[in-house]
Parts: sequence; C-alpha cells; structure tokens
Amino acid sequence: MMYRSLFPRDMFAELDRLQRELQQAVDVSPSIRGLAGGGFPAMNVGSTPRSVEIYAFAPGLDPASIEVQLEKGVLTISGERKSELPPPEAKATVHIDERFAGRFRRVVTLPDDADPNAVQASYRDGVLHVSIQRVEAALPRRIAVQ
Amino acid sequence: MSENTQVAKQAETGRSEATLMPPVDVIEDVAGITLYADMPGVPKEKLTLQIEADTLTIEGEIGLSVPEGMEATHAEVGLARYRRVFTLSKELDAGKVAAEFRNGVLKLRIPKAEHAQPRRIEVQVA
Repeated sequence: MMYRSLFPRDMFAELDRLQRELQQAVDVSPSIRGLAGGGFPAMNVGSTPRSVEIYAFAPGLDPASIEVQLEKGVLTISGERKSELPPPEAKATVHIDERFAGRFRRVVTLPDDADPNAVQASYRDGVLHVSIQRVEAALPRRIAVQ
Repeated sequence: MSENTQVAKQAETGRSEATLMPPVDVIEDVAGITLYADMPGVPKEKLTLQIEADTLTIEGEIGLSVPEGMEATHAEVGLARYRRVFTLSKELDAGKVAAEFRNGVLKLRIPKAEHAQPRRIEVQVA
C-alpha cells in the first residue's frame, strides 16, 4: 500500500515523458550500425522503385570541394570542413565547441540494380542529395500469362 | 496585446514537440560573441530567430525535396525540426544582432553593449 501513495499514476506518466525526452536528447536507440549521429555527415537513405536517394547532412561546405565517387557499387562521399574556431593566439575564448571540423568520409554500399551511369548530385541548404537511378530491367514487370 | 499573448502561448505548447538539437560553436572576443549553428536542410524562409528579454531561440524546419513514393531505409536524422535556446547575459546588445545563413550554417554575431566594450583610457600628464 505504501508504494501506491508514493508513486501516484501521474508520476509514472511524468517519468515516461522524461525518459522519452532524455532518449531524444542523446539518441541511444540501439542500431546494428552503432550509435546513430556519430559520424559526419549524418545520412538518410531512401528508395523508390526507380531510384536510390541518399541525403548527406553536411552543412557549410563549398560544393566544389565535396567528392562523390562511385566505384563497383560503393558510393563514397568525402571532403573537408574547415574549423571556424579562432587560432590559439587570437584574443578569443571558445565557450562551446560541438561542430565537426576536419576531413570526413562516408561509404554506402548501393543495391545491385543501381545504375552507375545515372547518378545526380546536388547540394542545397547544406544537404548533399545523391540520386542514383535503378537499371530499367530491375523494375517490376507484369508478365502476361499465356 | 492580447494577440501577442496568444502567440506566446502557442509557442509554449509547441515546446513539448521533439526536436533536434543543432550543434553549435560559441566564440567570445572583446567586442562580442559569435555563434555558429549547424542546421542542414533548413531553407532560409523556414529559419526563425527570436530574442525575448534575455532568451535567444533558434528554430528551423527541414524542407528536403523528396521524390514521390520514397521509402526511408536508413535514417540518422529522424526529426524535421531543430530548436535550441540560449540565455544571453546582460552585457550583450540584443538589439544589434547580425545573422547570416548559408549552406545550412547559421552565423550570429551579438556585439557587447557599448558600456561593456573595452576602452582605452588616456593618461593625462599634468
């Protein structure tokens, strides 16, 4: 009876909400590829029947300096992001330093039907979008029964 | 006035919504503070900066052009909104904030108020 009065229903709801908030803040959802959000740039991958779409969240880059390579079904995105932090001799204090700086490289294995000759890459609002068409033959086809 | 309070209330209820926390760099020099925030995917018109009393709120909504019928297979960015709140200190001049937003990076320059700027005091020789 004691614990009932100690933990009223509302408190569980509060704890639940708090836990969700914490989980959101640190993003500890267990992934087979390790902690999400650990690498730079963060990536989202999607697919449609006609294409494979890759979004790399890489803000603050010169589009010309981003290298996108496709070799044997493996897509590599690499480049370098310069630090905005002042040199040590400058009369400035760094209070927070969270943004990524330095060289980066991320690799994605593409599905077998991705067409290496039909790749488009664009950079907008700090997101690199690579779109790879699938080979025509791989599209689902309806076969007429004789 | 009443309209204002309503807007404030709406903003308050929206606060419980899950958001991404953009990584930032904050650098202070003698004349002020510079803040950089990474908010990739946010178009300029979806970025909101708000300074109210001594609170700075940075908000942005991701607007990606996604082809029709796309199915997400792997997502590291799982939410569509960024939000982060900072408390400013008194010596900062909130009225003179300069903001720049390019390629998903927000740069804010908040100068220190005139009375907080370093001054060189001339020594008079009698």
